[in-house]
Amino acid sequence: MMDIPHIGFIVAAYGVTGVAIVAMVAVVWLDYRSLSAQLARLEAKRTAKEGSVK
Amino acid sequence: MDAPSMWNLANPTVFLALARRTLPALWVITIALLVVGLWMGFNAPADYQQGETFKIMYIHVPAAWLSTFIYGVMALASLGTLVWRHPLADAAQKAAAPLGATFTFVCLVSGSLWGKPMWGTYWVWDARLTSVLVLFILYLGLIALWRSIDDPGKAARAAAILTLVGTVNLPIIKFSVDWWNTLHQPASVFRADGPTIAPQLLWPLLIMAVAFTFLFLCLHLMAVRNEILRRRIARLTMIAAAEGDALGKKLTPEMARP
Repeated sequence: MMDIPHIGFIVAAYGVTGVAIVAMVAVVWLDYRSLSAQLARLEAKRTAKEGSVK
Repeated sequence: MDAPSMWNLANPTVFLALARRTLPALWVITIALLVVGLWMGFNAPADYQQGETFKIMYIHVPAAWLSTFIYGVMALASLGTLVWRHPLADAAQKAAAPLGATFTFVCLVSGSLWGKPMWGTYWVWDARLTSVLVLFILYLGLIALWRSIDDPGKAARAAAILTLVGTVNLPIIKFSVDWWNTLHQPASVFRADGPTIAPQLLWPLLIMAVAFTFLFLCLHLMAVRNEILRRRIARLTMIAAAEGDALGKKLTPEMARP
């Protein structure tokens, strides 16, 4: 495997691509989790407020 | 898709339900295509001139395809914002920009890593490479524009206009290798006289291109969903603030007295 000419360039290209794809998935997923938690908190607060008004 | 169903998707609740239902299947298809494409690519015979180095093609070409395809999606979304005033068009445009920037970055870096052993240089200011770099800068500019304008409506219109102006770069990227003398090779897949790549090397490339397209579809659906949640949070926060103000006004001055 290591005697393939230019193997370093091939590994680097695939490595950068893999890191970029994993980073994209992680950023979008973590953003979703954070937003969902924030929305759930706000909706819970709103429901509690409406309950106390009644 | 007919017009009524497209407008049904404009309803964020319908879009969220659709995303929840389709995303698991789309991820399974994406991963399966990536595994098959990579397996076929790594088992493809070596190129007679470039040896194994040509295997960088299996990530470089799909990333290059997506870099322009995503810009096309953003241009359509911009028309949706400016002409049809589709409620989710600006969310689709905003969500696609970072994905387009990342795939263009992958295209530039993998191309550079392919160029060094084949051309003897990482970079050359020829028409194809420079026009793709301009595309990357356009993506970064659009992301910056979205972040620099507080009013989402104004930001959407400004980003839509800049996106449509930037579409002039798409034919330049595509035909740069025909219009100018470039170090980059001319088109070898989408040609009037058919692909010039041997089928054993072409099939993995096509599968990887479809896999990357599905990957974008998954990430874009997820990112648009995030934008919808972000808007709901902003709306709820504003309502809470307005109610707080109203309560504050009711309390003063009469109720605040001891």
